[in-house]
Amino acid sequence: MNLNSKIPEGPISDKWDNHRFSSKLVNPANKRKFRIIVVGSGLAGGSAAATLGELGYHVDCFCYQDSPRRAHSIAAQGGINAAKNYQNDGDSIYRLFYDTVKGGDFRSREANVYRLAQNSTNIIDQCVAQGVPFAREYGGLLANRSFGGAQVSRTFYARGQTGQQLLLGAYSALSRQISAGQVKMHTRSEMLDLVVVDGHAKGIITRNLATGEIKAWTADAVLLCTGGYGNVYYLSTNAIGCNVTATYRAYRRGAGFANPCFTQIHPTCIPVSGDHQSKLTLMSESLRNDGRVWVPKNPEDCNKDPNEISENDRDYYLERKYPSFGNLAPRDISSRSAKEACDEGRGVGPGGRGVYLDFADSISRLGESTIRERYGNLFQMYERITGENAYKRPMRIYPAIHYTMGGLWVDYNLMTTIPGCFALGEANFSDHGANRLGASALMQGLSDGYFVIPYTIGDYLASTGAGSISPDSSEVKEVMESVRQRIDLLTSCKGNRSSRSYHKQLGQIMWESAGMARNAPGLEKAIGQIQDLRDDFEKNLLVPGNSSNLNAELERAGRVRDFLDFGELLCRDALERNESCGGHFREEFQTEEGEATRDDENFAHAAVWEYKGDGSVPARHQEELKYENVKLAVRSYK
Amino acid sequence: MKLTLKVWRQDGNDSDGRFENYELDGVSEDSSFLEMMDQLNEQLLSQGIEPVLFDHDCREGICGTCSLTINGYAHGPEDSTTTCQLHMRKFRDGETITIEPFRAKAFPVVRDLVVDRSAFDRITQAGGFITVRTGSAPDGNALPVAKSDSDKAMDAAACIGCGACVASCKNASAMLFTSAKAGHLNLLPQGQAEKDKRVLAMVSAMDEAGFGNCRNYGECSAACPKDISLDYIAKLNRDHAKAKIKKFFS
Repeated sequence: MNLNSKIPEGPISDKWDNHRFSSKLVNPANKRKFRIIVVGSGLAGGSAAATLGELGYHVDCFCYQDSPRRAHSIAAQGGINAAKNYQNDGDSIYRLFYDTVKGGDFRSREANVYRLAQNSTNIIDQCVAQGVPFAREYGGLLANRSFGGAQVSRTFYARGQTGQQLLLGAYSALSRQISAGQVKMHTRSEMLDLVVVDGHAKGIITRNLATGEIKAWTADAVLLCTGGYGNVYYLSTNAIGCNVTATYRAYRRGAGFANPCFTQIHPTCIPVSGDHQSKLTLMSESLRNDGRVWVPKNPEDCNKDPNEISENDRDYYLERKYPSFGNLAPRDISSRSAKEACDEGRGVGPGGRGVYLDFADSISRLGESTIRERYGNLFQMYERITGENAYKRPMRIYPAIHYTMGGLWVDYNLMTTIPGCFALGEANFSDHGANRLGASALMQGLSDGYFVIPYTIGDYLASTGAGSISPDSSEVKEVMESVRQRIDLLTSCKGNRSSRSYHKQLGQIMWESAGMARNAPGLEKAIGQIQDLRDDFEKNLLVPGNSSNLNAELERAGRVRDFLDFGELLCRDALERNESCGGHFREEFQTEEGEATRDDENFAHAAVWEYKGDGSVPARHQEELKYENVKLAVRSYK
Repeated sequence: MKLTLKVWRQDGNDSDGRFENYELDGVSEDSSFLEMMDQLNEQLLSQGIEPVLFDHDCREGICGTCSLTINGYAHGPEDSTTTCQLHMRKFRDGETITIEPFRAKAFPVVRDLVVDRSAFDRITQAGGFITVRTGSAPDGNALPVAKSDSDKAMDAAACIGCGACVASCKNASAMLFTSAKAGHLNLLPQGQAEKDKRVLAMVSAMDEAGFGNCRNYGECSAACPKDISLDYIAKLNRDHAKAKIKKFFS
């Protein structure tokens, strides 16, 4: 597998400039001869489709939702980072770059991250011009807030719905191109396979979810902007429809999949309330500024009313273990500590999987009205979901899967190992290493879509020339036939178990063995369990109805089928990475105090998996990551 | 909880629909309305009945995919709440719950409770944008925006495009949606250059899509999960009248 990252020559601050100059261009009159397929319409896909359409390319954009405006980027709450230094507090492109590389626990690619920090400032300008209503100060200029992992205030935000507002900005730009005829939008359309001809990506196969029609689309390049794979855990903060099918199918067609074991767990989510639970809801991390995290010291107190547990019988474990950071310890560390407390039988709430986040001290110090002012909407959301009043009784929180740093391997041009197939946003692996900092996901999606791909795709297209193949060609028909067979297999099984029940069971295996803490025996066991579950799925799956109309059970079955394969790959990756770094914590690799032990000598690389056929173990390749600007150092929060 | 669910079933926009009654037992008060629907579907599956189709995605009240008219109310009886954020503790044990799609001529039924709301996309495509070429924007702080204007624009931009306003209106008017979308941009200095063109184009796209006329009943705002104010409708009416007059004299 060719893993040439194509990092441009020169000092890090000049690389992107040099690269843009040396990249080939497609002359404006020739752009209309090229067709580009964009799969996904979130921040990455929406911004890419809009910008490429505006440049003059013919774009076909696909999303599984009923409107491009509903992609899951919409759910991001906190904000978007940019090195504007509007606060005059010492921020710079270099500092944003440095924080992101360090926050990623030194497993991202320096050159890509630097470019991301460079583009961050343009993103804010672009979004403001589109009418994104960022928060402002009384003087009319843009406001900023602070976020974890940074000592400067560089996060731009639009109340608690920054994701929705940025997505509406990209969607409005996309809508403009749709009405101009430059982009053809295909909603309720799910990509089920990638067409590769003579080693180049030349199209996709989709299923129209409303009519069931299977159709082939051909083009000169394919952009996968299909998000992350957090739903392999069944319960996550992702939308119900988020899935791995597009990237996993590209992997099967030859695209390398990098670092699937790098998954992020967010410490402050509303805990699972019972078996009916279908998704988890995130509560902004800002709550930890005024809330104190604790569990009872004695397991027998877990079912007591928390207000009746005396101060002496409470264990404020974050304050105890990390006196200098206390309740503001980073995401991965807070999450793991919550799990440990619950594993010791000291968890609270249904199933004993929860810890208290207590505002009583802050309320007596600042008054209820101040807390209401700061977090009123979050307390309201908490009450809506749990029926409990967090002003009177401590909140219960528990960590949940939130984001996936791993994704399709891409070079500096965002091209996967299949020429002509690109991956943008959360779907690729390059910018966040083993841990993503808050407010960086929105930045990356928009950087890739607005400001990277418009340049790098030109270089590829100018080298290959226009010439998409016909949807009726035999290569395309072959892929289409295989998609049909896959669907037939799902609908013809007629067993007795729903795809949801398989998904739930897979999620339990993944969470148990490849969740917050992992170990080799557990991962090996999980791989066996997943294989058994997959065998059972193929025999006993029940999909009702047929494939020729809207059939949610069929959609889910296809996605779960791919998650079953992908879950195994994730476990394999976690098993091979014999170190603890970022979101990947292997119990065998920790200090006596329980801190992660990174192994830079043997694992300062991206692990890239190559598909070798069903039933065969995939091959593991490595892209060595060189740190020429940021010095490798241990993270400490004591 | 034990519930009787009276659910609208329809094979497609051209076929006749009907209510079906289903009994569902063992529903947790802590589950969300859509999780209760999941439970119903698991039960139907085991009984050899095709599950009920409904739209949903983020399940945290922001994507605007979920819909449903519950006991006659769009997104159910709770204020400022999408169906996905509605929880079963708001219902009584033994209750009969009626579940219908968002009904409007401009929202044709796809299947069961799923409707086609692409008319909203067409209204946005007509003019719900500010024309700005990628890369051509001035510095974000080059143009100060009064905080009050910015806050009002944000209130309008909070619209999630769910369609509850249309479903709750006797006339199935889309004025609240259109006015929120136009108002968000028209309130900002960046949106002034295309303001007249925008309101004329968006209103005619709305009319072409088959939505009814606004009679200021106000049901839309009452049903809106994001509490979009009727003030935006008044503003759109003003902006539209001004744009028409200017066009007449130009």
